[in-house]
Amino acid sequence: MKKELIRLDHVSKSYDGQMILDDLSLVIHENEFVTLLGPSGCGKTTTLRIIGGFEKPDTGKVIFDGEDITDLAPNKRQLNTVFQKYALFTHMDVGENIAFGLKIKNKPQSYIDDKIRYALKLVNLEGFEHRMPESLSGGQQQRIAIARAIVNEPKVLLLDEPLGALDLKMRQDMQYELIRLKNELGITFIYVTHDQEEALTMSDHIIVMNQGYIQQEGSPEDIYNEPENAFVADFIGDSNLMKATFVRDGLVRILDTDFPCVDKGFGDMKPVDVVIRPEDVELVSRGQGQMPGVVSHVIFKGVHYELEVQAGGFEWLVHTTKFFEVGTEVDIRVDPFNIQVMNRPASEDEEAISPEDEPPVLQE
Amino acid sequence: MEKSRKAIVLQSSPYLVWSILFIIVPLFMVLYYGLTDEEGNFTLANIAAIAQPEQARAFGLALLLSLAATAICFFLAYPLAMILARRRTGERGLVTTLFLLPMWMNFLLRTFAWMTILEDGGVLNGILSSLGLPAVHIINTSGAIIIGMVYNFLPFMILPLYNSLASIDGNVINAARDLGATAVQTFFSVVLPLTVPGILSGITMVFIPALTTFAISTLLGGSKILLIGNIIEQEFTLTYDWNLGSGLSLVLMVFVIINIVVSGLTEKREEVHR
Repeated sequence: MKKELIRLDHVSKSYDGQMILDDLSLVIHENEFVTLLGPSGCGKTTTLRIIGGFEKPDTGKVIFDGEDITDLAPNKRQLNTVFQKYALFTHMDVGENIAFGLKIKNKPQSYIDDKIRYALKLVNLEGFEHRMPESLSGGQQQRIAIARAIVNEPKVLLLDEPLGALDLKMRQDMQYELIRLKNELGITFIYVTHDQEEALTMSDHIIVMNQGYIQQEGSPEDIYNEPENAFVADFIGDSNLMKATFVRDGLVRILDTDFPCVDKGFGDMKPVDVVIRPEDVELVSRGQGQMPGVVSHVIFKGVHYELEVQAGGFEWLVHTTKFFEVGTEVDIRVDPFNIQVMNRPASEDEEAISPEDEPPVLQE
Repeated sequence: MEKSRKAIVLQSSPYLVWSILFIIVPLFMVLYYGLTDEEGNFTLANIAAIAQPEQARAFGLALLLSLAATAICFFLAYPLAMILARRRTGERGLVTTLFLLPMWMNFLLRTFAWMTILEDGGVLNGILSSLGLPAVHIINTSGAIIIGMVYNFLPFMILPLYNSLASIDGNVINAARDLGATAVQTFFSVVLPLTVPGILSGITMVFIPALTTFAISTLLGGSKILLIGNIIEQEFTLTYDWNLGSGLSLVLMVFVIINIVVSGLTEKREEVHR
C-alpha cells in the first residue's frame, strides 16, 4: 500500500446556506494521479480549493503528510496549483512567471535560470523565456502555468480543469503530456474535471462526486466496469440504465425477461438498478437471443455503429461493428458477466440519483 | 468603399461641427491672444510672464497643492477601490452609488458646503468646541484648498483604480499566494503592477483639474491664496488682459499635455511589455 499523503477528515463547506460539501472524507496516496470527477456544482473544485488553502472548510480537517494544515495559508503549503484559465501574470514575461515562486524563496539567480530552462524543456517550450503570456496560444499558456508550478518542486500538483479551455486535439495531446509529466516528476497529481474521458485516460484513481458526496472511488476500470450506483453508471460512459428485480442470486429480471447474471447477495425479489454498456449488448438472429427487438436507428461512428434497438419497451443503446438495416428484427443477448447489478437507493436522501431522473447536464 | 466613407463623414458631421466650433476655434483663439499683444503684434511676453514673481508663485503653489491632493487621493482611493473590488457584484452597485452620489450635486454647491464646515465659526469648530477641544483655523489656508480638491476629485481616482482592480482574475492573486508569496508580496509584485494603467489615469484625472482649478481656491482660500487658475481668471474677468490670460493658459496647457503624454507613454510601454 502506498503512503498516505493527504487526508480530508469530515470536511463540510457551504456558501450562503447552500451545502457544497457534506461531511466529505477522502485519502490521497503518494505518487498517484487522482481525479475528482463530477458534474458542475458537485463540489470537486471546492474540494481542490480547500486542499490548496484558498477556502477554509466550515468543519473538518485537512491533513497533509501527517500534519494538520486546515488553517495554514496557501503560501505555506507544499503544493502548487495549475488554475483554470491559466492565471498567468500578464505583466511578466514567461521566464519571470516561472521564476516567481523561486524569487520569493530567494533562490540564487543561477539556480533560477537553470530551473526555468529545465521547466521549459519539460513542457516543450524551449526558448520561450522572453515571450509575454498574452502572445501565446491557450495550450502554450497552460504549459507555462504548469512549468510555473512545478519548478517549486511541490509534493502535490493540483490541477483545476486545466484543459477546459483548450480545443479537442490540444486537449488530447495535453492528456498524454500530463501523464508523461507525472511519471517524470514522480509526484502526486490531483486533477479536477467534469470530463469522464479525461478522467479515464489519465487517472490511477478516480473519485466520482455528485452534490457534495463521493459516489464511488476506484481505478478507472473499476469505475467503468463496476459502477456502484446509477449516477456513476450514467455519468461514466454511455450506458443502458434500467430498473430491474433481483430474482435470486445469479438471476435478474430486466423488462420482464429473466437474465442470468453473476451478482449475488442483493436479496430475493429486491428492486435494483442494472447497467449494461452498449458494447456489451450482442445482437443475434431472431430466436437465438434472450429478448426480441427491432433496430430503430443507426448512426455510423467511425470505429463502430451506434444503434438504437426497441426491445421490451426500452430503447437499447448498442455499439457494434456489424451493420444492421433499420427495421431489422433481432434478438438481444447479454453475457451474464456484463450485467452490472446495483443497489437502488431507498430514498431521495441517499447519494445517488434514481435512473428515471434526467441524466446530469453538464453546464460548462 | 467610397460610399461607406461618405456615410462615415456624414454620420460624424455633427461631432465635427461641434469640435470645430467649440474646441478647435477657441483653442486657436487662445493661441492667437497668447502670442500677440494688444495691437495684435507677435510677442512671447505673455508666456514669459509666468517667470514673474507673482505668477511664478501662484504656479508653484498650484503645482504643490495639486500634487499633494493627487497623492492624498491616491492613498485614500487605493484601499477603498480594493474593498470595492472585493465586494460581490450586487453589493458593488450600492457602494459605488454611495461614492458617486455627491457628484450628482453641483460642484460649486459642494465647495460652498465645505466653506460652512471649515469656517472659523463653522460646523467643524462647533463640533470641536462641544467636545472641549481647541478650535482650528483651516479656512483660507492651503490646507482648506487641498481638502476641497481631495473631496471633489476623489471619485475620479477611485473609479479607474476600481476598474483595473476589478478586472484582475481572482485566481491570479491565488496563484501568487500559491507560489509562496505573502499577502504583502502579492500586493507589490502582482496587484500593484497590474493596476498601473488605472493608477495613471486616476492621477491624470485628479491632477489636471486640481492644477487648473480656480473655484476651489477662490471659495476655500479666500482672496489671500492665489493659484495660477485664479490669476488667469482675474486676467479675463478683472483686468481684461486677454493676451496675458491666454499666454498663461498656454503655459498651463503645456503642463497638462506633458502629463497626458507621459502617462500615455508609460501605459503604452506597459502594453508593449505585455
